Amino acid sequence: MNFWLELLLKLALILAVMLPGALVVIFGELKISAHMQSRIGPYFAGGRYGWAQPLADGLKFMQKEDLVPAAADSMVFRLAPYIVLMGTLATYVIIPFGPDLVVENLDLGLFYLLAVSSLTTLGVLMAGWSSGNKYSMIGGLRAAAQLIAYELPLVLAAVAVAVQAGTLSLNGIVASQAETVFTIGGFDVALPFVLKGQIIGFLIFVTAGLAELSRIPFDMPIAESELTMGYLTEYSGLRFTMFFLGEYAGMVAMAAIVSTLFLGGYYLPFVDADLLNVVGPLVLVAKVGLMCFLFIWIRWTFPRLREDQLQTLAWRWLIPAALVNIMLTGIAKVVL
Amino acid sequence: MTVMDPLVAMHRAEAAVSVELETPGMTLNIGPQHPSTHGVLRLVAQVDGERVTQVQPVIGYMHRGYEKLAEVRTYAQITTLVNRIDWVSGFANEIPYIRAVEKLAGIEPTPRAQFIRLILTELARISSHLVFMSSYPLELGAPTPLMHALRERERVLDLIESVTGGRFHPNFNRVGGVKPAAGGGSSTKKQTQDLPQGFLQGTRAAMGEVGAVCDDLEELVTGNELIQARTIGVGVIPADVALSYGMSGGNLRASGVDFDLRKHEDILPYADLDFDIPLGRNGDCYDRYVVRLQEIRQAARIVQQAIDGLPSGPLQAKVPRILKVPAGEIYVRAENPKGEMGYYVISQGGKVPYRVKIRSASFSNLSILPWVLEGALVPDLVAIMGSLDFVLGDVDR
Amino acid sequence: MTQVDRNSAKLPLGGLLKGMKVTIKAMVTRVHTVQYPVVKETPVPRARGVIALDPEACTVCMLCARECPDWCIYIEGHKQEIPPDKEGGRVRTRSTLDRFDIDYALCMYCGICVEVCPFDALFWSPDYEYSEFSISDLLHDKERLTDWLETVPTPPALEGA
Ligand code: SF4
Ligand code: SF4
Repeated sequence: MNFWLELLLKLALILAVMLPGALVVIFGELKISAHMQSRIGPYFAGGRYGWAQPLADGLKFMQKEDLVPAAADSMVFRLAPYIVLMGTLATYVIIPFGPDLVVENLDLGLFYLLAVSSLTTLGVLMAGWSSGNKYSMIGGLRAAAQLIAYELPLVLAAVAVAVQAGTLSLNGIVASQAETVFTIGGFDVALPFVLKGQIIGFLIFVTAGLAELSRIPFDMPIAESELTMGYLTEYSGLRFTMFFLGEYAGMVAMAAIVSTLFLGGYYLPFVDADLLNVVGPLVLVAKVGLMCFLFIWIRWTFPRLREDQLQTLAWRWLIPAALVNIMLTGIAKVVL
Repeated sequence: MTVMDPLVAMHRAEAAVSVELETPGMTLNIGPQHPSTHGVLRLVAQVDGERVTQVQPVIGYMHRGYEKLAEVRTYAQITTLVNRIDWVSGFANEIPYIRAVEKLAGIEPTPRAQFIRLILTELARISSHLVFMSSYPLELGAPTPLMHALRERERVLDLIESVTGGRFHPNFNRVGGVKPAAGGGSSTKKQTQDLPQGFLQGTRAAMGEVGAVCDDLEELVTGNELIQARTIGVGVIPADVALSYGMSGGNLRASGVDFDLRKHEDILPYADLDFDIPLGRNGDCYDRYVVRLQEIRQAARIVQQAIDGLPSGPLQAKVPRILKVPAGEIYVRAENPKGEMGYYVISQGGKVPYRVKIRSASFSNLSILPWVLEGALVPDLVAIMGSLDFVLGDVDR
Repeated sequence: MTQVDRNSAKLPLGGLLKGMKVTIKAMVTRVHTVQYPVVKETPVPRARGVIALDPEACTVCMLCARECPDWCIYIEGHKQEIPPDKEGGRVRTRSTLDRFDIDYALCMYCGICVEVCPFDALFWSPDYEYSEFSISDLLHDKERLTDWLETVPTPPALEGA
């Protein structure tokens, strides 16, 4: 096939996965948060349950004037949302939905993933810096400081998984979670990494992942009550929508990564390997939904930490724990 | 009284991020419109990175001139002004004013009216504190306690409305008694209206619900390690500093000063009731939060007792049709949910006061901001400001 | 006097889990809000929603307009001569109401007017659905105020009665 045609197809495929995914998660967040607060939540748009609320919100944002503040560095200001969205999009490329259902099966998948996922922070920093607003700037700088704090535990937690799986390819990681651990009564039981000794790694990865997503308890770059809206303060209309979509698409991506690394990805026990190409996506979606629910649940329960407390948390607790985790994994790998 | 426990010392040390680089400061203008300023307060903060070096509060954006307006209103009309001062506890504001006028005019309200006033004051205290319980975690970033606390506050407001006809601005107190301004219909309008049927029972039930939401909040907020990390050791106000700034109410008691006007003043029959005054130890944000949470429980206890002891009898003492207050002056203060609220009323005889000076709690409580915010981080600025629980209407009047 | 104590969570991070328990519990219990235009809560009978006027009872005494703290009631009336019932009788005068407006943009809903009216001409109604797109439409005239009369509820029974 023509290279460009293939590229275009793949891009369309990613968008077809990402946009509905983000919208569903937005709706889920609206509804779940409402019920956690004894509210009804969206109700009117699209009939009884208000399912069309995210679409209606999107339409509303599109009608808003696209403001660029006079003090802003207008080129950087306009570019920032695209960078954020791009960083998120790029992670979708390597998420395996089935043994063969993956856009690009990179051998260095994990490495690529961790590299591109920090691209969004660059966009955030650009947005904060270029807005010409002190709140935005503090928000942007906080995002940068945050990156330093959570990136290392995130990487180290993933390293332990790579050590245990013996590969950096995401498909390989899923495959190694499908290996039989023991057999009971003729059934081959395979365990995901979270049950194969990576529980500490899982917790660290989820914590650091929340920080990467800038979600409560780590939403200091936005910090509505302190910085009005942080780096988003000056954005409106379509550009704001892009940040908004990017945020939720990022959440879906993070959930997919956690599912792949720790929860067995598309793999379901007792399902034939050939059938996995069909049920695999559904299995992954279910796991992603579970993780997203966890993220939402945490978001609507906890308060926000302070920037310096995140640094303390990351450097004093997460990084040492992650290092110990790698060590233990390594020892286990050698001994067993 | 201000011995620091090791936990606080640890948190303080953690909060102290050393700023070694020489960087020029920045002026951060917070407010008058900002999500965490509770209305229209403006803070001009000098910040060095995230550290606040100096804060200058600018007030007056909500000045409505109530003291001046009161000079051209009759005594009955002024009640409609005073319950708008601190709008989250409207009923409690009316009490010291109406008691001042009663004392000046030499009119003694009936015992039943006094007890109804007491019940409604405590309901107003619960509703005011529930607003704090809802907004404070929100300032720290936790959005859910907001709705949980407001849900119960709605119950309490419904009770206040069922008696007085108003949710926020009851205008229920008359010189010599209580009376709803709302007439329900022609036949009974001119009679003094008593409590509506089912109120006492409903209040009892609501107090149970309020206790339940306090349990919820204790699990959701009080015991939450993140909340503790954000509030313990933050914004410490020692007792002597609190006293020297004229703080009062929960803010003062959080610093460990045992001072509650409900125990010292006799303007409402609190002496007949048994309740505790929660005290804090360190005077940090966490103590201010916990003290208010405990005060809700105590207020619910007071309400239960007051319902049991509610005397029967008339609601309104005999008052001349046209009230003329003899010349004189008086200062009456009461424990408002926000702290000490007092009215200095000067009468020269006649239907209109010569002067009404309002001492509002939030104004004095707010005055400590420059002291306590010096050296705080920007996130702590929000945490400290929120913990002082002020209302801008109460600051500017 | 009691000293508040600091909750020390037994389990590390146990407080966080407890909080998550509260939110999940709230999620599965019934919601407390109603969807307003579809479902409406009934306000209590004493609620001060809107003021209704009984023009027959009003004698244009102006008490309400004078006692209103922000003077938002506008009344105009004139004296009407009523011819004597029988020949040679006295000619009586009666005040009739020409204009009775309440400006709800100014009204503080304090209820003083209702309370001072000596002839039972003003009533509170808990109805609240009269918001307008233009602030000048909040000035309700005599007819509009009279229309509210039918929404005035019977007063609630009293405690202990
Ligand atoms: S309720 Fe009060 S403000 Fe409104 S018209 Fe009557 S007296 Fe005036
Ligand atoms: S006080 Fe009553 S009778 Fe007098 S003008 Fe007003 S509504 Fe009419």
